[in-house]
Amino acid sequence: MNEFIRGIKKGFPICLGYIPVSFTFGLIAVKMGFNPLEATIISMTNMASAGQFAGIRLIEGGAPYIELVITTFVINLRYMLMSLSLSQKVASDMPFYKRAVMAFCITDEVFALAAMEKDDVSFPFFGGLMTTPIAGWTLGTFLGAVASSLLSPMLQGCFGIALYCMFIAIIIPPARKGRKVAIAVVVSALLSCLFKYVPGINVLSKSGGGGWAIIVAAILGAAICASIKEIKRFRRRLQKGGGNV
Amino acid sequence: MCSLENVAICMVIMALTTYLIRVIPIGFVRRKMENEWVQDFLYYIPFCVLSAMTFPDVLYSTTPTGATSPHFVSAAIATMVAIVLAWKDRGLVRVALVAVLTAIIVELLLPVLF
Repeated sequence: MNEFIRGIKKGFPICLGYIPVSFTFGLIAVKMGFNPLEATIISMTNMASAGQFAGIRLIEGGAPYIELVITTFVINLRYMLMSLSLSQKVASDMPFYKRAVMAFCITDEVFALAAMEKDDVSFPFFGGLMTTPIAGWTLGTFLGAVASSLLSPMLQGCFGIALYCMFIAIIIPPARKGRKVAIAVVVSALLSCLFKYVPGINVLSKSGGGGWAIIVAAILGAAICASIKEIKRFRRRLQKGGGNV
Repeated sequence: MCSLENVAICMVIMALTTYLIRVIPIGFVRRKMENEWVQDFLYYIPFCVLSAMTFPDVLYSTTPTGATSPHFVSAAIATMVAIVLAWKDRGLVRVALVAVLTAIIVELLLPVLF
């Protein structure tokens, strides 16, 4: 129970941060012709920011079902990496049903906080961690859907930055404290920019709603950072051993 | 075909796809990976994913739907404010809300100043 409360406390700031973001989702969904109930259910059952925005655009645009599946898959593929990472941070004998419950709320922010735990993540802790963000994400969507007509386009636009600033608030403090995390952050950001702007490879960000670009940038970034140690070892051996590598 | 008439089917498709992606790895990978490189790689993943999602997309995030050109100025200033506040460990909510307010203020001031 103690762990559950600790999870609730840690998760509550995420809940507050989710409200303006899901509010924006509610606004946009209603503008596209969804009713507030549909918008709210989509949020509650997906818990996925970018994936939801892309999904409603496809539904409204009359895309084939298969395109909805592929786009949702690609944009949300990062959750697969997070889920894999989290599988290494739970007790290996944790039963399937607990894992299945946890899986529901592997969002960018909830995962990031769980990943930064020093020890293994327990089921009660993760349960507490996910409770208020789910409530906030759902409630925010509903409020946005209902308030849709009250906000000017400028204000609606400005709410769009909230999600990214939450990301910034998550990655900057550990990057300030650890040089390797800072390298990871900078390398991935640079790669992501390359994939958007450099002719030829920018197809990555034009297909799959930008999902591929994120996946490739993140995998390359993490791979480069994970290899720094190896490279250093290799260079040290070169300097010392005089050739027999 | 997706449409607002059969929105229920589309909603089920979205929810199922999203959930399967999340449940398969954690549900079925029980072995702890011992390889040091793999452990490091998985440690960096959250930072890399968030960073790649944020940059450069944050610069387009304050642009209202249907605008003719991106509103880079408000986004860039709000992003810098967010980075400074995050650097000072100000927490998720404060960083996000102050950035939104900054964007709103810049959007209001720009037409007055220029």
